[in-house]
Amino acid sequence: MSTLDDHSKEIPEDTAGGATAAQSPEEKIKKQDNGPGGPIILFFILGLFASLIVGWIIFPKLLYSQKKQPIDFNHAFHVAEVENGCESCHFFRKDGTFSGAPKLEQCIDCHEEIQGVDPDEIKFVEEYVSKGREVPWLIYSKQPDCVFFSHAAHIKGADMECVACHGHIGESESLKVYEENRITGYSRDIWGKSIGGFKKNTWDRMKMDDCADCHQKNYAIIEKTGVKTPTKRFVDHMIEVVSPGSSISGKGTSVQTERDACFVCHK
Amino acid sequence: MKIGRRGFLSFVIGGAAGTALSPLPWKLTDDSSIWTQMWPWTPVPKDGETSYVNSVCTLCSGGCGITVRKIDERAVKIEGMKGHPINNGGACLLGLSGLQLLYGPTRIKSPLKRTGKRGQGGWEKISWKAAVSEVVEKLGNLRSKSQSHTVGFVSGSDRGTIPRLFERFLTAYGSPNLMRMPSVRDSYELTLHMMQGVQALPGFDFENADFILSLGSGIIDGWGSPVRMFRANSAWQNANVKVIQIEPRLSNTAAKSSKWIPINPGTETALVMGLAHVIIKEYLYDTGFILNYTNGFEDWKRLVMDNYSPDSVAAITGIDSGTIVVLARSFANASRPLAICGRGDGSSPVSLKGCTAVHALNALVGNVNKKGGVWAVSDTDYISWPEIEMDSKAAAGMQHERLDGAGSKKYLFSRYLMNRLPETVNSGAQYPLQALFVSGANPLYTLHDTKSTEKAFDKIPFVVSFSSYMDETAQNADLILPNHVFLERYEDVPAPVGLIQPVIGLAKPVVEPQFNTRHVGDVIIRMAKGLGGSVADAFPWDSYYSCLKETLNDNWETLVDKGFRSDTELMNPTLESSFDTVSGKFEFINPDTGSMPQFKPVSIEGDEKLYPLVLIPYDSIRLANSYIGDPPFAIKTVEDTVLKGKYVFVEINPKTARSAGLHEGQRVLLITPKGKAEVKIHLFEGIMPGIIALPRGLGHTAFDDYLAGKGINFNTLIGTVEDPDSGMDTAWGIRAKLSKV
Ligand code: SF4
Repeated sequence: MSTLDDHSKEIPEDTAGGATAAQSPEEKIKKQDNGPGGPIILFFILGLFASLIVGWIIFPKLLYSQKKQPIDFNHAFHVAEVENGCESCHFFRKDGTFSGAPKLEQCIDCHEEIQGVDPDEIKFVEEYVSKGREVPWLIYSKQPDCVFFSHAAHIKGADMECVACHGHIGESESLKVYEENRITGYSRDIWGKSIGGFKKNTWDRMKMDDCADCHQKNYAIIEKTGVKTPTKRFVDHMIEVVSPGSSISGKGTSVQTERDACFVCHK
Repeated sequence: MKIGRRGFLSFVIGGAAGTALSPLPWKLTDDSSIWTQMWPWTPVPKDGETSYVNSVCTLCSGGCGITVRKIDERAVKIEGMKGHPINNGGACLLGLSGLQLLYGPTRIKSPLKRTGKRGQGGWEKISWKAAVSEVVEKLGNLRSKSQSHTVGFVSGSDRGTIPRLFERFLTAYGSPNLMRMPSVRDSYELTLHMMQGVQALPGFDFENADFILSLGSGIIDGWGSPVRMFRANSAWQNANVKVIQIEPRLSNTAAKSSKWIPINPGTETALVMGLAHVIIKEYLYDTGFILNYTNGFEDWKRLVMDNYSPDSVAAITGIDSGTIVVLARSFANASRPLAICGRGDGSSPVSLKGCTAVHALNALVGNVNKKGGVWAVSDTDYISWPEIEMDSKAAAGMQHERLDGAGSKKYLFSRYLMNRLPETVNSGAQYPLQALFVSGANPLYTLHDTKSTEKAFDKIPFVVSFSSYMDETAQNADLILPNHVFLERYEDVPAPVGLIQPVIGLAKPVVEPQFNTRHVGDVIIRMAKGLGGSVADAFPWDSYYSCLKETLNDNWETLVDKGFRSDTELMNPTLESSFDTVSGKFEFINPDTGSMPQFKPVSIEGDEKLYPLVLIPYDSIRLANSYIGDPPFAIKTVEDTVLKGKYVFVEINPKTARSAGLHEGQRVLLITPKGKAEVKIHLFEGIMPGIIALPRGLGHTAFDDYLAGKGINFNTLIGTVEDPDSGMDTAWGIRAKLSKV
């Protein structure tokens, strides 16, 4: 204790003796660097790493809750049983709209009675089929209501494969855990497994930029569908402003402005 | 190691840099923007399979075909049915808002029994079994005491299987007291009976007429079958058909007509007589028709020529004689002119003399039962049920006179006089009414003189409502047996009054019943079975569904599939077969009563000195005015010069307002001999000086918060005026005054 006290007294003495005034600025900094705060770069690195760990590792763990589907489902098995691939169950309705996850109506033909001894099968028939309750499937690819997406335009119009957006789910033998975003309520599959938004395959993510990726690839699609990506549209608008009518992808859908509007994709 | 200020700052800066290099801020920004779209009050429609169901709208008597769009099991939109003979794709505001009546907050969710005093809103939920047995017990008791005739039924309509089941029930049970809610149809039916000797519905061939004279009828304000009238009106505009609107106020119909002629209210019949005068004087009438097919013309002609010269009519109506002469000539010279009556939406009858005068005017130009004219349409009779075998109790009950006086010596030819019921019950002049059943009607709101109706209801010991909604009558009932709403039930809908084609519509369930409600048809059948004996025998069906299916027989398949059945071939009546009178001709003078079409002023209540103004009602397609109240969507469309907050505006001519020192938006007390209410002033050039007008359809005390407590119910301010010839309530207004508050 006394040492500290003595030391603290020493400094005013030094100061009083005019020693400080004699120190060069470099010496002053050096002294501070080695002062009681320690090397500041260390703290910087500490802060940097801590936040990187929070941002990249802890945050995603906190952001998503893990949910189990009400019952398990074996896609691979069913695909082998049916004749028409994915469209056997995920079909287009008569009016061209897409049916999405199947309803009991589609299952009931085979599952009116329990098939085999699988506990999920028993649960399915007892809890849902015989009670006439629809299975509350958690939909991995569910988009917000404001997103307008036509399956028919992509599957029928552009001859795309389901895999392009949904991946190889049709080959899976059981349903993966549904990771629900606690803020938005949507599945992690929309943003993608990688929290950084990186992707290797077209089906890794389902955000607007991913639509844009494909739509931007060639003008052929734009010409065929008339749909432009936000980036493309922005560029087009700029071209329009500078030199009206000269944009490569032509005029937009709006009669008044000859540009496209947000509601082409957003309801 | 000790953390100093600088160390801490570098930690924070490092942290910020690290955070910026991590996905956290970008992901959170993205998520929170999505989160803002997920607020629970943001409606997100469910995705699902789209389907369409064809049905019929029964929210008014218009009979429009509707196509309801569904997403999975939920009805999401009502549209007019394309190709339907009445509305061909059109629908009115009320029809379009029908889903709010299905899913809205005002529905009654299960049978309710009153607890506490009437009208205080205390209800207990009971089971259907308990509810029906309570009714059966009450009715059984009355019948065993030979008081079956003291049971009454009020229905919005008397056509179709449901009202016919009520009638059948009452007959088998032993009561003559089935009452239909009043409308101008009552006047027309009686007119056709008096002048043509037929029991028929009036039909108007609007689609082929080329000159329309409307005596205050709100052609686009809800008169007749509203959507049919919108369509006819548009067709007239395209075809340059003249539409002359006679009324004291510039209504929407008047504004869209070729010519609006303001008239002193209540003097329309005088104008009709004046027109007849000019037509007869100038030999513009159809001599062939008058000579060959009419009787009593000479006598009537004398009456017309002696009393209704254009000058004397001008003095009564306030329309100058020149205009009367020109109007008479253009009416008579048109090739297919058609005159109609029934003010506003036609929910109030007009006097028999007035209605017969309009019919006589049509006859004068020979357009009875012919293209573009007025027809007597016999109701398509597809209901043939086995004869009822009445037991002695029923036969004895049926011997009693009706409580409303219809068919009595005084009002021999009137079929229903519901307007007279409150007074009869209140005066106790006849036997007391022990039980009243109400279906498809809301008499405590729609009848003139609400106070007197309330008083009468207080005197009836047992009131049962079949309403699907908590309306004013249901609020004051003892038992509510809620019917399915129109989108949940089957019901046959005969062609609306005024139509000349024979159309049958079928309303069918679009969605499953949402609550513990029951079809009123099924309840009646249950009641009959509960009573047993000959009453039960009169109802050989297990359910309303089987009764309806059996009744519609061969038409069933078409009706289920298409929603309507229409014969393209009209029942074009020949003139020879049109008149079932003793003379076999059109009677200008009724041989039984000697009554002739003429102007007899229907004087309204109130002393002119005390009440210097005349209050009249007006109707608008935005305000439902029958047993259904405006749904939230419809009430939102009412202009704020009609309703603002809870205040309704009374329309007044700026001149009248100025002399009374009133200005726009001022709050005043509107006082009539029947009641008073606080209202606001709206200056309106389109109303004649000295007259003030209030809209009908407001001032509900029941239904939901969107409707209740807004404005004033016109019927609380007006009394009844009984037509001496028919017993109908022909009050068209009341004297009133405004005082500043
Ligand atoms: S006019 Fe009447 S029947 Fe037609 S849609 Fe409107 S409320 Fe329904």
